[in-house]
Order: sequence, then structure tokens, then C-alpha cells
Amino acid sequence: MLELQDICFQVNEDSGEKEILKHVNLKIEDSFVAITGPNGGGKSTMAKVIAGIVKPTSGKILFNGEDITDLSITERAKKGISFAFQQPVRFKGLTVLDLINLAHGEPISLNRACKYLSEVGLCAKDYIHREVNASLSGGELKRIEIAMIIARGTKLSIFDEPEAGIDLWSFNNLIRVFEGMREKIDGSLLIISHQERILNIADKIIVLADGEVRAQGTKEEVLPELLTSSQACSTLMDKVV
Amino acid sequence: MDQLQMHMLEKVADLHSVPEGAYNIRDNGQLAGRNTTANIDIVSKSDKPGIDIIIKPGTKNESVHIPVIVSQSGLKDLVYNDFIIGDDADVTIVAGCGIHCGGAETSEHDGVHTFHIGKNAKVKYVEKHYGEGEGTGERILNPTTIIYMDENGYMEMETTQIKGVDSTIRDTRAELKDGATLIIKEKIMTHEKQYAETNFQVDLNGVGSTANVVSRSVAKGSSSQVFNSRICGNSECYGHTECDAILMDEGHVNAIPSLEANHLEASLIHEAAIGKIAGEQIIKLMTLGLTEQEAEEQIINGFLK
Repeated sequence: MLELQDICFQVNEDSGEKEILKHVNLKIEDSFVAITGPNGGGKSTMAKVIAGIVKPTSGKILFNGEDITDLSITERAKKGISFAFQQPVRFKGLTVLDLINLAHGEPISLNRACKYLSEVGLCAKDYIHREVNASLSGGELKRIEIAMIIARGTKLSIFDEPEAGIDLWSFNNLIRVFEGMREKIDGSLLIISHQERILNIADKIIVLADGEVRAQGTKEEVLPELLTSSQACSTLMDKVV
Repeated sequence: MDQLQMHMLEKVADLHSVPEGAYNIRDNGQLAGRNTTANIDIVSKSDKPGIDIIIKPGTKNESVHIPVIVSQSGLKDLVYNDFIIGDDADVTIVAGCGIHCGGAETSEHDGVHTFHIGKNAKVKYVEKHYGEGEGTGERILNPTTIIYMDENGYMEMETTQIKGVDSTIRDTRAELKDGATLIIKEKIMTHEKQYAETNFQVDLNGVGSTANVVSRSVAKGSSSQVFNSRICGNSECYGHTECDAILMDEGHVNAIPSLEANHLEASLIHEAAIGKIAGEQIIKLMTLGLTEQEAEEQIINGFLK
């Protein structure tokens, strides 16, 4: 479904060129794929490369066999790629219902919009007409962001750390949301996460560190090593040394 | 009424036919229709152009529409409209002015509206300004609103100018007695070379008086806006003024909020934020399948909704 071929991404910094993604090759065909790895390893950048927000320095992106490397964010969205931001955006004036309608592509019934909100654990009547502004908490915004992805119902849905900013109680619900999506979705979910419970329900886990794919496979193949390795410490040590 | 008149009435007063209740329609400086009710009287002034709208004490759930249409190029129209709202009344007043300029000469409407709001009276005042027309003449609208609020009076004013007005100076002054509440929501969009100046002066004289003055505006093209908002707290009171502006193209916005506290218990706040549309907002909407232009439109429409 989605294939990254030799994707590189470099940025210019004061200290010279920095490689964020180094020749990343990936095929995503399973229905639930989790990407994990240390902070700064290139996970969010990779998600942005797929959504078209960041243009890779070199390499190719294929979606359902079609080269989408040069397509805009809008064109990719229309072809069936959705992206839930790690830090959702606030809009003065636009309501939750406005955003859900925009996500769905056309106005939908209030009942249906409410259903999407209920799925992410928000009491629909309290939220549907609220402005998506600073009065909403980070956790509320995250859930609305996820509801928008559900409303889109595209072939590929990318979530950048959906658990970030969500409290423990809501996190349990979030796991249920993803389990539900996994059962219903006719496509792939690509979730960037540090949470073992999310990794546990993944068909495939990809470990991205220092801009490279370090490991990929089923949870049985990847998780044991991931949980016992002292990667975090060694990363820190690298930085200290 | 002809098609143009009906079209302009729809633009400035959301009217699709002659309104229910009391109304006074002014077309090119002349009276084009009037209706009064048992509780609301409308009387032409004898000493100057304009009308007195007299609402009896205790009038509930009634409305008054007083739209103005200017379609004659070169017309300079000036009116003085006084609203006397009796104690305990609860009414909606819809004003608004539309200029359709088909010629090369400047068309102008200056309206001076004075409100006397009685004790415990509640008023919702909706005012829309709109300009259009194929003519090259300037369309100028200068509304002045003067508000005197008696004890525990309540007024909510929605004032909107979205399109087609080349130049406007909008003066609003208010004096509030004990327990009175004034809420002003202004929405302005200017484009091309238009100029919009807004001046608010609110005096919170009474104990427990409250004012909330919020302006949202968009400056497109090479248009220019000035926002002056001044709240004086002369008693134990609460005042808040906020200017939130989006800049596009070569737009220019000058926001000058001002607070004057003359009493220890006066609590006054001002906020002002000006900037272009945040890039991440556009990107978010693009990830939902909107083009960059569609995303901008949605953001602006929502902002000025």
C-alpha cells in the first residue's frame, strides 16, 4: 500500500548539514503498524514526509503503486492519506462540527458527527458546537483530532503520538478506539507511539532511531529486544560522550 | 419594492420580505415604508433628518428594523436616529446600511444612532454595513453610536462590515450606570484600498457595570484598519477589550487599546493580537483535502462568523 524508497531528509543547521532521515526503505501493507524509537529519531519527520508536509531531499514515496513524491498535501489527502498531528491546531471561530464536516468532505448529520465524538470518548452534546480554540484542553484537542481522522475514513491514517497529552483514564479508552478502528478499517493505521500497550496491538513494529530503520517485524520479533535493550541509555551516553 | 431594494435589504438586514413588527425603511434619503405597533412608535424628526423610535416600558419580544439603502450615485445622506427604550423592555433592533454605487460619484451615508436604555431593559442591536456596485464612485459609511445605559440595562451590539465599503469611521461611545452590561462584537473585513477606523469609548460609571468589547477583523489587499478602544473604569466595574486581526497580502492594522482606571475596584483588561493566518492551520486543513485557498477561506469565514 505505502512504500518508502530510499528516503533521505537533510536540514541545514549552523553546525552544517544534519541528516534527519537516512535512506529509509519501508513497505507498509499491514493494517496496524506502530513506529517507535527514541525522541529525535526521525519518526515525526517521516510521518510528515508521507503526508506531504515535508519534502524529502531524495527518494520516492509510492501509495497504492502510484508515485506521490511530488504531490501536494491536498492531493495526497484526496488520494486517501490522513494525518493526526502530535500537537493539534487551534482555530478561532471554527467549531468541532465545522472541522468534522471538513474532515468528512461534506456536511454530515449531527447524529453522525456526534457518533464520531462519542467514539473518542467525548460527550458529543458538550463539544459539537464548541470553538476549537484555547478553551479546549490538550487532551480534548487530541481526541477531536482523532475523531476527524475517523470521520475521514481514508485508506491510510497516520497518528503522531496520539497518547501524548492524554491522561491515563483516557488512554485506556484510546486503546479501545484503536482496537475498534483496527477491526473496522479497510486500510492501514500507522501509529507513532512510545506506549507498550499500543505496540502490543500492532501487527508490525518499526523501530526508527537516528534516522534509520533499526528493526522491523512482528511484536514477538521486535518487542523483547526493544524492552530489554538499554537503547535510551546508550543514546544518552552517545550524546554525553 | 424593486429587485435592487430587496437585494440590499437581504444584505443588510437578512430580510426576504417586508419585516414583521415595527420598521422604517429609508431609501435614497426618503421614507420608503414604515410600520408601528402598539408598543413601538416611530416618529420623523422635525428639526433634522431622522427618526425617534420609542419603545414602551415592558415591551417584550418585539423587533424593530430600520434599514437604509443608498443606490443613487453622489448622494450624501445624514440621519439622526434616537432610540428611547423603556424600562424592563426586551427588544431586538436591526439596523444596517447598504450602498449600491452604480456611478462615478461618491455615495455616503452617515448615521448617528443614540440609544437611551431604560432600567432593566434588554436590547439586542444588530447592525450590518455593506457596499457593492459596478460604479467607480467611493462608498462611504460613517456610523456613530451613542449609548446611555440606565441601571441594570443590558445591550448586546453586533456590528459587521464585511464587504464593499471603501471608507468608514465607526464611532461608538457608551456610558453605563450601576449594574449595566454592554457587549460589543465587531467584525470587519477590508480589501483592496479600503480604510476602516473604529473608535470605542466606554465609560463604566456605575457600580457593578460591565463592558466587553471584542473586535475581529481581516485586512486584505492593501487595505488599512485602525482600532481604538478605550475603556474607563470610574467605579467598581469590569471592562475587557480585545482586538484580534488577521493580516493578508499588504494589509495594515493599527490596534490601540487603552484602559483608564479611576477607581481602586475597577478591573480592566485589554488584549490585542495581529498576525497572518498560522501556517499550521492551513496545513491542517490541507491534510483534510482542502486546497490552500479553500483552507484560507474556511479560516477567515470561521474567524468572522
